[in-house]
Amino acid sequence: MANKIRVATTSLAGCFGCHMSFLDIDERMLQLVEVVEFDRSPLTDIEHCTNCDIGLIEGGVCNSENVHVLREFRNNCKILVAVGACAINGGLPAMRNHIPLEECLSEAYLDGVGVENPQIPNDIELPLLLDQVYPIHEVVKIDYFLPGCPPSADVFWKFLTDLIEGREPSLPYELVHYD
Amino acid sequence: MKQFIQGIVENNHQATPLLQMLRQIQSRFHYIPEEAIEQLSGLLNMPRTQIVSVIEFYSFFHLTPRGQYELLISDSITDHMLGKKDLLGYLENKLAVAVGKVRSDGLVSLNNTSCTGMCDQGPAGLVNGYALTHLDHSSIDKIAALINQQKPLSEWPSELFQVDDNIHKSGLLLNQQIEQGAALTAVLKRGIKETLAEIDTSGLRGRGGAGFKTAMKWQFCSEEQQTERYVVCNADEGEPGTFKDRVLLNSYADQVFEGMTVCATIIGAKQGFLYLRGEYLHLHDKLQNILQQRRRNGLLGINILDAGWSFDIEICLGAGAYICGEESALIESLEGKAGIPRNRPPYPVTQGYLGKPTVVNNVETFLAAAGIAVNGGNWFAGIGTEKSKGTKILSISGDCARPGIYEYPFGVTVQTILHDCGADDVLGVQVGGPSGMFISDQEFERKLAFEDLATGGSFIIFNTSRNILDMVHNFTHFFAHESCGFCTPCRVGTSLLQKQMDKIVDGHGSAGDVVVLEELCQLVKNYSHCGLGQTAANPILTTLERYPGLYQSRLKEISYEPGFDLDGALETARRMANRDDAGAHLAQIEVNEHE
Repeated sequence: MANKIRVATTSLAGCFGCHMSFLDIDERMLQLVEVVEFDRSPLTDIEHCTNCDIGLIEGGVCNSENVHVLREFRNNCKILVAVGACAINGGLPAMRNHIPLEECLSEAYLDGVGVENPQIPNDIELPLLLDQVYPIHEVVKIDYFLPGCPPSADVFWKFLTDLIEGREPSLPYELVHYD
Repeated sequence: MKQFIQGIVENNHQATPLLQMLRQIQSRFHYIPEEAIEQLSGLLNMPRTQIVSVIEFYSFFHLTPRGQYELLISDSITDHMLGKKDLLGYLENKLAVAVGKVRSDGLVSLNNTSCTGMCDQGPAGLVNGYALTHLDHSSIDKIAALINQQKPLSEWPSELFQVDDNIHKSGLLLNQQIEQGAALTAVLKRGIKETLAEIDTSGLRGRGGAGFKTAMKWQFCSEEQQTERYVVCNADEGEPGTFKDRVLLNSYADQVFEGMTVCATIIGAKQGFLYLRGEYLHLHDKLQNILQQRRRNGLLGINILDAGWSFDIEICLGAGAYICGEESALIESLEGKAGIPRNRPPYPVTQGYLGKPTVVNNVETFLAAAGIAVNGGNWFAGIGTEKSKGTKILSISGDCARPGIYEYPFGVTVQTILHDCGADDVLGVQVGGPSGMFISDQEFERKLAFEDLATGGSFIIFNTSRNILDMVHNFTHFFAHESCGFCTPCRVGTSLLQKQMDKIVDGHGSAGDVVVLEELCQLVKNYSHCGLGQTAANPILTTLERYPGLYQSRLKEISYEPGFDLDGALETARRMANRDDAGAHLAQIEVNEHE
């Protein structure tokens, strides 16, 4: 089929749990790839994205590389989606926000228990950590938010099928209440 | 310390003592030490976590030491208009202590605090809880010297603590203070039911802002099955820009207490409370003396006026929490707990203090009720508008020649008020405090009344030299600070509003940011548990409605920019890794943005 809808996905400061949950759409994946092709994604190993329709971002922004990846997605995706609690709020990685970064790095690399040859890694290939973990909508404009930790497979399915079929995406109450 | 705390507990005969005990400990040690918490927990048979949660809830309690002199400077918009920011910097310099810190010798600490109710005589502050007014460079020089000489507060010159009434216009209530005992004598003569009928005739509605009919509230309470009932006077006047209750309690307290006693006879209460905001500590001793005098004169205590009525009033001091002005939060606080609003219904008239029927009314309501008991319902109902009878006492501050207290019949126009207080070149007025609304210069024909502009009495005037967004910014920060943290829409929502407002005011906003702001406002307004959250977005909503261009003018013509300094967020890591290469930096806005 010509002109498939192009989807890119990535995980920033996340655990890939949202990607795993996405795969839980199981056999519906076959239906999906009828109309969708994947660009940059851990599922394809394509390294950079080009002109996509939908970008799905898992995880918050914890370092400079996350900022660059997020900007690449924003520049190449017509619709950019924050997927899961970490992308929306910073989530678990943001628990470090209550501790100054200086203390985190010192504990890990200088004076923590069992540290040998204490030094702060400083290779220029390494991305630097931001002072806090930020939700992605504080760094670039985000069009949609999929809540959940992780969002269920049905959330991914409902959201993507709405978009693909040209409807304004909406999640029914059953999919977004958690108790 | 052990003995001190043992003493506090043994000498405390108040019904619900925790808050007052913590006040005493804080004032003695300048914080609540861990040992004190352990000891209280044992003596009161209360989990230590419960005590810690109360300490953490109130702004005036601390788990870490504050200075022997704890200076708090009022952060109301009116203080800012009078040059607060500059003074705070001057104070930091003079005392060699930064805002939010304790000086290394432990002598002094400095911080901001929410409006202290001195808006007509600011910039204002508190030292160890006592109100300071008219702060300027010379008074700060004096204060700094007194602190550095470690002079006790009792030896400080009294002019530093001078609080004026500034009554500029009196009407029905302020002109005719009743004689002590006159209202109770009138009740005795006329009869209890008949007095309630007079209050009904008067059309008196609650003066805190919500405007519930007073006679109806009292009647509901008196009809409850439970016979143990309470009267509470809400003097937790925390709405920024409001200070009329301070004046009423300074100069009309006898009549307020009399109003409470009239209420007690009508609803059959034996015990009343005056919940006085902590910021008005300077009034405490004076009020206790008036209560003593009333007891001596047979107007409080057992067998009042030999009529067989028994009623007494206890004063409870708050500890710095705006939310305690909400009646159910106030009751929680009276019970010695964190001031978190209850679910309503049941309303306090059915289940209030200790779960018993309770009438909570504003200071001004009790004042008016006492007047009505003496002069009759028609005296009051003859003035005002159809749905808003009588007068309203206003606290006027901001850009005008004569800030202070003004009493007007309901129905007065904004224009008349502005004229009387000497306000020229007016841009707009914040009516009812931050939780009220901002009205522009196109609306000065509007009337103060429940039918049009309902207000608890705060009236802050802004002239054309002022920036509306500065005001909104101040109010939005106020609500984020005062949210009690109970419900998510308010706890998180008010912080998000603050963040989004900062982003726009600081010039990092772009196309979609005002839309996001407005959506957030609706969410906080519609989903919050109590009035605080439901009104926290009002400063933004009411100004956005009137001045959309003002917000738009702050936006950049790009699709998006982060609201924080991205490159600055890498600074710590850069320093620790000793790097400064290109990869160690981030541009705030991406250069080759596709648009």
